[in-house]
Amino acid sequence: MTHVETRTVRRRRERPNYLAGFGSLIWLFLVGLPLYVMLVATFQSSSDYAANGPLAFPEHFTLDNYIDDFNNGFGQYFVNTVVVTVCVVGIILLLVPPLAYAIVRGRGRLTSGVFRLFLLGLAIPAQAVIVPMFYVISEAGLYDNLIGIILPTAAFAMPVCTLILTGSMRDITPELYEAMTVDGASPRRIFFRLVLPLSRSGLSTIIVFSALQAWNGFLFPLVLTQSASTKVITMGLYDFQTEHGVDIPGLLAAVVLSMLPILIVYLFARRALVQGLMGVGGK
Amino acid sequence: MSTETLLKRERAAPPPASAARRGGRGGPDGRGNRGGGIGVDRPGVGWAVPAAIFFGLFALVPLVLVAVLSFATWNGLSAPEFTGLDNWKKLFDDPVLLKSLWLSVLLTVLGVAVQTPLSILLGVWAAGHQRNRAVLSAIYFVPLLLSVAAVSVLWRAVLDPNFGVPAQAKWLFGDGNLFGHQASAVGVLVFVSTWQFTPLHTLLYQGAARAVPQVLYQAAQIDGAGTVRQFFHITLPQLRNSIITSMILMVVGGLTTFDTVLILTQGGPGTDTTISAYYMYQKAFKSFDYGTASAIGLLLVLVATVISLVMVRLSGYDKMRSTMEGL
Repeated sequence: MTHVETRTVRRRRERPNYLAGFGSLIWLFLVGLPLYVMLVATFQSSSDYAANGPLAFPEHFTLDNYIDDFNNGFGQYFVNTVVVTVCVVGIILLLVPPLAYAIVRGRGRLTSGVFRLFLLGLAIPAQAVIVPMFYVISEAGLYDNLIGIILPTAAFAMPVCTLILTGSMRDITPELYEAMTVDGASPRRIFFRLVLPLSRSGLSTIIVFSALQAWNGFLFPLVLTQSASTKVITMGLYDFQTEHGVDIPGLLAAVVLSMLPILIVYLFARRALVQGLMGVGGK
Repeated sequence: MSTETLLKRERAAPPPASAARRGGRGGPDGRGNRGGGIGVDRPGVGWAVPAAIFFGLFALVPLVLVAVLSFATWNGLSAPEFTGLDNWKKLFDDPVLLKSLWLSVLLTVLGVAVQTPLSILLGVWAAGHQRNRAVLSAIYFVPLLLSVAAVSVLWRAVLDPNFGVPAQAKWLFGDGNLFGHQASAVGVLVFVSTWQFTPLHTLLYQGAARAVPQVLYQAAQIDGAGTVRQFFHITLPQLRNSIITSMILMVVGGLTTFDTVLILTQGGPGTDTTISAYYMYQKAFKSFDYGTASAIGLLLVLVATVISLVMVRLSGYDKMRSTMEGL
């Protein structure tokens, strides 16, 4: 860094932008308030919450809301969501890397045609095709089956994952491919020994993205499942709200439960998560 | 994250239209034959086949079917029966549909109008050097991790007319029943979407703002330009591509908002917040009129695609006009 640059950076630091700082504090309040209301509500009884209002700190601390949620089937929903998430990430990891490899390294009209197909997929909003999706899944006999959620969720995560991964595979320099080819490596060997290890950051990004999609998925479970045994957490939340809408602390405890795993991951792997979402730039 | 990676990512992930066009140039990676020496053993199309079949079955087939079903009558039980343009005729005489389209547009426009300036300001701020910036950005980011369902349930509880915050602050919220009037219900929907998605757009702008060459600011300082002038004459023009990306995301997201409406307002009061995506859901899974619902679905796909294309065209984004002009 040159002398001039050091000085300007320091000067920019010395003159804080009070207006922006003030605005960011307002935003902090807006983000923090509902999270505060949520947390304090879950540690008190319904009657205390109703009597003291949403902003009061709990007088009688209790974990009953969380225990009740588990008695109301949240354990099962949790397991289902984990199954869906793991399977979706599995499908993505199985299908997208070879696809991206073919797109980046392959030649010929077919591969570029396939790439264009996936770019087209970016423009399809899941909401708009939910009726035919319902038709396809019912015809396939997968209605009210976790597999019926897993397949479309994975399919709709694919275009973005493909874009991200092709991006990171393009960063591998051609010289490396050439060196391996000179050594007589087959495309398969190059894929496993060179491409996969070098696109690790892209791979973790697509894991983060597809896992978030699967964990937070709402529309496909809503339309494609119905019984308690196939309910995922978001469905549990939705049902809970329509059925016991008045028990706000119980409901909010369910919200906390639904996001707890992600928040824990966020605490420990903030950088990877943010990077992942940044690469996505959208849903 | 380094600004360089972000730039690459942005380049790697332009909106569909421009990307498709770029994909058509030369080889699939747009590099021509560079690095492809003689005798290089390349992966065949077989590597792409499993993914293509899977994607075709569960994403492209439904897309074709939505068009087919829009010309059919189907109650979900018996086989679909082709009835030509019946659904479409019915739809364009349907006052609720027209209202829902108008509401979709209204919500989308309001969303863009509120979120864009907010996320630009927050993003530019977060790209700076303030103290506590890292901690604050970490907190700002939380809403993005939550599912739309969780966020909607949370705000429904916080804004509950009887037990929520409005009941405590009647001086601010009137009768406290924000879900009971069209204006306030629309306001709540815009607010909750803003709450959830501003962090995403902030992140986009934060990365882009970091990528602005410092040289530009140094030159501006030498010329005696203040913070405000620097913002409008350097930062904002340099963010152009990000603004388009972010706005397209907002428009497509806004037009297809569904879960938020389902949980927060159920389309009410009356049909006052029944936006098209929600109306489609009702038609299909409440009235079992899958044909009409498909027609609405197709309409949504078309509108979203056209808007994206128009925005890309108008902005010159498809030509990837460089932000490096004048450097």
